Amino acid sequence: MSIDMQQFNAVFFEEVAEHLANMESLLLDIDVASPNIDDLNAVFRAAHSIKGGAGIFGFDDMTEVTHILETLLDRLRKEELTLTSEMIDAFLQAGDILAEQKEVHQEGGELVDEDKIKSVCRLLETLSSDDGEKAEEPNEIPQNVVKKDKSISFLAPVDDDITSLFEELSQFGQLTSHSEVTDNMKIWLLQLNDCSATDEELIDSISFLAEPDSIKIDGVSRGDQAESFGFFDEQEEGDSSEENFGFFDDDKESQEVIEKKEEPQESFGFFEDESPKEKKAAESKQIASKEVVETEQGFGLFEDEKSAVKEKPSDIDPRPYGFLDGREEENVKPTAKPKKEVVKRTTNKPASTGETSIRVNTEKVDQLINQVGELVITQAMLMQISTELDVSEHDVLLNRLTQLERNTRDLQESVMSIRMMPISFVFGRFPRVVRDLSSKLKKKIELRMVGDETELDKGLVEQLADPLTHLIRNSIDHGIEMPEHRIANGKPETGTITLFAFYEGGNVVINITDDGAGLNREKILDKAKERGLDVSDSMSDNDVYQLIFSAGFSTADQVTDVSGRGVGMDVVKRNIHGMGGQVDIHSEAGIGSTISIRLPLTLAILDGMSISVAGQIFIIPLTLISESLQPLAEDIKSINGKGAVVKVRGEYIPLVALHKLFNIDTEITQASDGILVLLESNNKKIALLVDQLEGQQQVVLKSLETNFHAIPCISGATIMGDGTVALILDVAGLISESD
Amino acid sequence: MQENETEKEAGSFIAEMSSSDDNGYLTFTLGDEEYGIDILTVQEIRGYDAVTTIANMPDFIKGVINLRGIIVPIVDMRIKFSLGDVTYDEMTVVIILNVADRVVGMVVDGVSDVISLNESQIKEAPEFGSVLDTQYLKGLGVVDERMLILIDIENLMTSKEMALVETLAE
Repeated sequence: MSIDMQQFNAVFFEEVAEHLANMESLLLDIDVASPNIDDLNAVFRAAHSIKGGAGIFGFDDMTEVTHILETLLDRLRKEELTLTSEMIDAFLQAGDILAEQKEVHQEGGELVDEDKIKSVCRLLETLSSDDGEKAEEPNEIPQNVVKKDKSISFLAPVDDDITSLFEELSQFGQLTSHSEVTDNMKIWLLQLNDCSATDEELIDSISFLAEPDSIKIDGVSRGDQAESFGFFDEQEEGDSSEENFGFFDDDKESQEVIEKKEEPQESFGFFEDESPKEKKAAESKQIASKEVVETEQGFGLFEDEKSAVKEKPSDIDPRPYGFLDGREEENVKPTAKPKKEVVKRTTNKPASTGETSIRVNTEKVDQLINQVGELVITQAMLMQISTELDVSEHDVLLNRLTQLERNTRDLQESVMSIRMMPISFVFGRFPRVVRDLSSKLKKKIELRMVGDETELDKGLVEQLADPLTHLIRNSIDHGIEMPEHRIANGKPETGTITLFAFYEGGNVVINITDDGAGLNREKILDKAKERGLDVSDSMSDNDVYQLIFSAGFSTADQVTDVSGRGVGMDVVKRNIHGMGGQVDIHSEAGIGSTISIRLPLTLAILDGMSISVAGQIFIIPLTLISESLQPLAEDIKSINGKGAVVKVRGEYIPLVALHKLFNIDTEITQASDGILVLLESNNKKIALLVDQLEGQQQVVLKSLETNFHAIPCISGATIMGDGTVALILDVAGLISESD
Repeated sequence: MQENETEKEAGSFIAEMSSSDDNGYLTFTLGDEEYGIDILTVQEIRGYDAVTTIANMPDFIKGVINLRGIIVPIVDMRIKFSLGDVTYDEMTVVIILNVADRVVGMVVDGVSDVISLNESQIKEAPEFGSVLDTQYLKGLGVVDERMLILIDIENLMTSKEMALVETLAE
C-alpha cells in the first residue's frame, strides 16, 4: 500500500473534487418538498465514495465528516427523515469543509478550522438524530436509547495511542478506563457512565480508531461490570472453521489465525466497500452466537436474545447494519434492505463509467497544438514549392498536395478545439453563489443561464471565474432590491439574474443582466465628486457608469462582507482587459442593468494585421486598429522638432515612426511615403508609421518570456507561414512610448 | 550530417558515462580558443538561419528563431567575447542549450567533438587569460596536448551579462 501513494493520492483528490461538484449540483437541484430518491441516492453515493477513498488514504478528518454526512443522507434516502432546506444547507457546508480538507491534504498549508468542522458535524448530527428518536424504524435504533452505563472493551496493540479514542468517547459521558496486557495486545476496559448514546453511535464514533469487530459494548449497570469482561471466557476450541474468528478467545494461536484471515479483507474491503465488513459482522455473529450460550449477559454488539442465536449461525449473508440489532425479528428487515442496496450499486456503476472524456495535461495539448502548427507550416512550404512545378507533368502530386492541405487544416481545427471548453464550467458555480448570497441578504433571486454550452479557450474560462463571480455578487447586492421593495415597485417579488453567453463574430459575449434597480446616476456622481474625481453633471450616462470601474469606487453606504470595499469593478475591468476583452455597461433606472463582457474566442489566436518595415514583418492586433491611411505631407506637423502629429479629420494624433523606435534602416522615413496605422487603446490614439501593410491573418500567440524576457513594445511573437518568427506589437506600450 | 553524427556520438557517450565518474563535454571553438560545456546541457546542434531581429537589444543577441514551434533567443558568442570572425553562412553553427528550464541558442565558430574528462584532468582556472570571468569557469580541462576552457554554461547564460533572463535584464 505504501508504494508510491502520491500518484494514487492525486487520483483520489481529483475524484473527490468531482464527487463534491456532483454532490453540490445535485443538492442545488433537489426539490426540498418532494426530493427525488435517485438524487438522494446519488448524493449518498458521492459522499460514500469520498469516505471510502479518504479511509484508504488515511485522511481521517475527511472520513469523519463524510461519515456523519452519510448517516444523515442514509436516513433520508431510506425515507426515515424528511428533507428540509436546513439539511441542504448543512450538506453544502459539509461539502465546503470537505473541499477545504482536500485542499489542505493536497496543497498543504493551514489546517481547516476545527471549530468550523465541529459545528457542521454537530449540525448534521442534530439533524440526523433529532427525528431519529421519533422515527419508528427500529433497525436504526438499537435497544439502548436511554441513558445507561456502558462498559466498552476492545483489543489494541500495546503501543497504540488511544487517547483520541478516549476523547471521542468522553463526549458521550463520564469515562473511566483501565487496561490489561495480554500477548502483545492490550485489552482496554472502559466504563462509560451516564451514556446517552446508543451502541451504534458509540461504535460509529470510535470506528475510525478501532475496528468495530474488536469493540464490545455492553449496556450493563455498574454492578454487572465484572460480567462484561466475560468475553474472555475460555471457549471450547471450535470444530467449525468459522470459530477461528473467535478473537475473544484467550488462545494466542487462534488470535493469530484471525489476524491472518482478516488481512486480505482489510486491504480493500474495510474501507471501500461495506460487504467484507458485513461478512465479518456475520462471522462475528456466529461466534457470538456460540458465546451467548455461555455468557448469558450478551453484548450490545451482538444478539441479545437467545432466540436469535438459533437462526444465525448458518447465516453469512452480507448485512451492513444488521449486526447491531438487538432483536431477532428486526433482523429480517436490514438483511433485505442492504441486499437491494448492493444490487442498486452494481447497476449504477456501469452508468457512471459511460464517461466520454479523458483527463489530459494541458501541456500535452499545447504540445500537440505546436506540432500541428509545425505541420501546417511544412505543408505551406510544400505548397509554395509545388507552385513552381509544371501542372501537367505533376498533376497527381499536386492533387495529393491539395488533399494534404485540406487534411492538415482539418487537423489543426480539431486540435485547436481541444483547448476549447464550454463556459458552463464557470457558470456551474453560480447557482451556489446566488443561493448562498441571496439567502444571506434575504432576497429572492432566480438565476437563469443561457448559452452555457458556448465554448471558449480553457485559459479564458479559468480566468473568467473571478470577474464573473464578482459581477454576480454585485448584481445580487446592489442590483436586485429587497422583495418588499420590489413588490412596492410593481415588480415580481423574485428578482432574476440572467447569464447569457453567445458568439458574435470572432468573439464570445457574456451578458450579466439583472432586473434590479439599475445604476443610480446621482449616487455615482455624488460619490465621484466626494472622491475628487473629474466629473460633471452633464456627463453622458455611459461615462457616468464607467466611473464604477475606477479603483476604490463603491456606492455602498456600508461596508459589508458582500461588497462595499470598492475593490472589485476595477479589478474586473483589469482582468477582462488582460484577457484581451472589453466590459460595457447598460443600465436603466428601475428596470435593471446589463454588464457585457466581450472576449476573443481564444487566448492563443489573434486576429492580426501584418505590416512591414524594411522587410521585417510585425503583427498588430486587428481589434486595436481603427483605420490606416496615407497622409498628405501638409497634414504632418512637427512639434518643437521633437515629435510630430498628424491631422486626421481635424484631430491631431501623435505620430510614432516604427523604424525610429526599433532602429530599423528603411527607405521610407517620411510619413507621406508610408502608411499610417491609427491605433487606439485606453481612449488614447497614436498614428504608427510603417512601410506597408502586408495583410490580415490569424496568428498563434507565443510568449517571448518562456525562453527569453519581455521586450518593450512587443507583446509576443508568432510563427508565420514560412516558418519565420514575427513579433507582435504591444499597442498599449507603443502609446505610452509616445507620451 | 555532421549534426547527426555528433548527436549519435553524444548518445552513446552518455550511456558510457553513466557507469563511470567522468563527465562528458561538448567542445567548440571561438577564435583560437577551445571551450567545453557539459554535454547534458546541449539539446541539439543546428545551422543558423531565419533569425528575427529584435530592436534595441545588445548586438550579441541576434534575435529569435522558431525551433519547432518554440521561440528561442539566439546569442552570438563570437560577438559577445569578440572572438572569431563574425560571418553567417551555411557553416555557422548554433548550439541549442537547455539551461535553467530555458532553451537558448548560441552561435560559435565550430563544434569539435565530445570528450570525457575525469576529475584529475580538470585543473583550476587561472585568474586571467580568458575573456570569461572566472565565475563562469569550471576549470581547465587537459586532454593530451589540448587545453579546454570549461564553461559553467548555465551560470553564464542566466547571468546579467548575457541579458537573457528577465530579472537580471533590467
